[in-house]
Amino acid sequence: MSDQGTWVDQALREHEEHAQEEHAGSARPGGTSDREQQVLDRIDRARRRRPKVREERITMSHGAGGKATRTLVEAVFLDAFSNALLDPLEDAAQLHLNGGRVALTTDSYVVSPLFFPGGDIGDLAVNGTVNDLAVSGATPLYLSAGFILEEGFPVTQLQEIVASMQAAAQVAGVQVVTGDTKVVQRGKADGCYINTAGVGVVEHDMSLGVANARPGDAVIVSGPIGDHGVTIMLARGELDIEADITSDTAALNGLIADLLAATSGVRALRDATRGGVATILNEVATAADVGVLVNEDAIPVRTVVRGASELLGIDPMYVACEGRMVVVVDGGEADKALAALRSHPLGADAAIIGQITADPKGMVLLNTAFGGSRIVDLLVGDPLPRIC
Amino acid sequence: MCLGIPGEVIEFLPDQPDLARVDVSGVRRVINVGLLDDDPPKPGEWVLIHVGFALSKIDEAEAAAALQFLEGIGQAYADELEALQGSQIE
Amino acid sequence: MRFVDEFRSADKARALAAKIAGLCEPGRQYKLMEVCGGHTHTIYKHGLEDYLPESVTLIHGPGCPVCVIPMGRVDDAIALASQPDTIMTSFGDMMRVPGSQGSFFDAKAQGTDIRMVYSPLDSLKIARQNPDKRVVFMAIGFETTTPSTAMTVLRAAAMKLDNFSVFCNHVTIIPAMKAILDSPDLRLDGFIGPGHVSTVIGCRPYEFVARDYGKPVVVAGFEPLDILQSIYMLMLQLSEGRCEVENQYTRVVPWDGNLAALNAINQVMELRPYFEWRGLGFISHSAMRVRPEFAAFDAELLFEVPGVRVADPKACQCGEVLKGVLKPWECKVFGTACTPETPIGTCMVSPEGACAAYYNFGRMNRRRKVEVTIS
Repeated sequence: MSDQGTWVDQALREHEEHAQEEHAGSARPGGTSDREQQVLDRIDRARRRRPKVREERITMSHGAGGKATRTLVEAVFLDAFSNALLDPLEDAAQLHLNGGRVALTTDSYVVSPLFFPGGDIGDLAVNGTVNDLAVSGATPLYLSAGFILEEGFPVTQLQEIVASMQAAAQVAGVQVVTGDTKVVQRGKADGCYINTAGVGVVEHDMSLGVANARPGDAVIVSGPIGDHGVTIMLARGELDIEADITSDTAALNGLIADLLAATSGVRALRDATRGGVATILNEVATAADVGVLVNEDAIPVRTVVRGASELLGIDPMYVACEGRMVVVVDGGEADKALAALRSHPLGADAAIIGQITADPKGMVLLNTAFGGSRIVDLLVGDPLPRIC
Repeated sequence: MCLGIPGEVIEFLPDQPDLARVDVSGVRRVINVGLLDDDPPKPGEWVLIHVGFALSKIDEAEAAAALQFLEGIGQAYADELEALQGSQIE
Repeated sequence: MRFVDEFRSADKARALAAKIAGLCEPGRQYKLMEVCGGHTHTIYKHGLEDYLPESVTLIHGPGCPVCVIPMGRVDDAIALASQPDTIMTSFGDMMRVPGSQGSFFDAKAQGTDIRMVYSPLDSLKIARQNPDKRVVFMAIGFETTTPSTAMTVLRAAAMKLDNFSVFCNHVTIIPAMKAILDSPDLRLDGFIGPGHVSTVIGCRPYEFVARDYGKPVVVAGFEPLDILQSIYMLMLQLSEGRCEVENQYTRVVPWDGNLAALNAINQVMELRPYFEWRGLGFISHSAMRVRPEFAAFDAELLFEVPGVRVADPKACQCGEVLKGVLKPWECKVFGTACTPETPIGTCMVSPEGACAAYYNFGRMNRRRKVEVTIS
């Protein structure tokens, strides 16, 4: 990071320029003073401005799926590549090819450790790619698999990973049709990195996307949250914590097919990966410029995930899943959607956790179990264990 | 400075009197109980855990008393609310 | 979760809220300070302020041990970590705190080996596993955490580890409270006392607040009902004209504290003559350093530490926020130039910083819930 003085001065100058363009906001009824509301309005405007990457070097935060990631994607990638297909930044791009609709997605898997309770990097690679296609409304068909292997990596482990991938592919009904292999020197690639691309066909008329959410819609989560992230954190072994917890990695295309067959009221589907459910809720709020109101009491969390989260001081809402999705559905169809999800093994614990509201635009609000309320914002990076 | 979580002592580690395995909602970790030397916790007792150390034993009697007080207030409030509502029905 | 869920119950909250509202004298404003950053975090995380009447305001205090670390000390830590063959271990709380040249995360991006640990004891494991490297533990925290660092040093000594040391930034709560009380900018009615610090130091150290400054103190637990009950106890004291130190957190806090913990601290550490606190300036006898007898574990003696005093950026008003003089949103750069993604100061980046809490949790149009008053 460059000399702090410089970027601070620059940031201040930018904001001062903007402030001169702004007019004072008006007070809203209830509780918050005029002055405070003006500050809140100013902040809201600041948040909507074009993002800039301030760091000189990539840090771990940029890979966490939170604010830093989004800023990087928007300021660097979108800035360079921008086009109508990329700009929606959905989980898969919707293409029109030869008169048909095709979805295309890509993912990279760099998880460490490679093997963990409930699966391995191979499971994640197949399920994650399948899910990105499925939540876009596509029937997943074909995957590519590019391997970056570290010199010295045991072949038996590679075989295990590949076996997992084939098994997962069979369950999901997809095939790995092309691939690549590279080897890098000892010390790189953490053993094995996998990059995938996935292709699927969209055979219905529905258009799914977070921007479609509208006030009155219900928000459903397909099962208990945070299983995968906590499993990985514990599996790394650095925290010396043991618990009976396994990753929730799973292919959701079957569950999604059932859901879409049961109701046409689904507005959006997103699989909750890094950044957790909270990140998705924020994506919905931002893309559709609506409010999202969730009830803490309604969010399913396994006792053991809660225990680990409390112990480490992290919030399960930000912890990664790998086999859970968030569904935004027409309020009137919520019960039908819930029933459809619950009748599938992967959706047995699905729950309605909240609703879309007209206000406050772009924000996610939580009614806490205690009966108070607070906002749920994006984290900057990974949820970090805290002692304070 | 403040993240302290209650955990139940499951067992002591053999040969290591300072170390005990605790359980927090099914999550288990070995922690150091050396700060509770003059009144070491027994399996089944609860301690407050902070950065891998037990800082204090949780006094179950006090916890029960605290809850009773809160319940009392809660009940009195509920009663009054009922009375309030009852008195509105003419 | 036992001993947690029972103290998060919403129906008891309503009852307490009604009682608190009932104790408010008409026309009077009440300002209560929660000293501890952990309390600030809980208050915002559970939306506790929704339960308070308009006339009761919570002022956030300086009890955030990350927030009060001056930028120069962060630079010192990074300098230590950047030495050859050195591994720095640190709690997650410190990773994004900005020094003058960047944070621990930024330093990590440049190749410095900084690893997150859950417990200071984990540093010993890393030291044993890496005999050719020096492990330096970034020790932070108020008295809640100080005994753990002390015990870790004792353990290292018993293990005869020769590649482990601590960079000691432990601070003490009483001088901070005294600085608040002596500050002409604030007029507070009472204190919500730090529950976990008190498990170590007990409740007696706060007696001077009631005796010499005439303000009541209630030592509070960390669940939302604990804090709400403590506010109720403070309001009761105020309405009954009492002024004492009370313990709400009796299930955890012994009145006399934890003697073993205090002994461990005294064995390994001593008070520094003075220490710089971000926002509060130099305060005498407010921080710990490693005793000469344990010099082999004192990173400041073993290594070159730049020790340069770095002034806060001019725009930074963390000091006033820490003292409770400014509310987070009253800081000129709050939420615009200074955000959790681009923090100018510690209050915005510490997990228990008031600005972080308000930005991440509280930045909304707040409706106060308390409607029914039952006296």
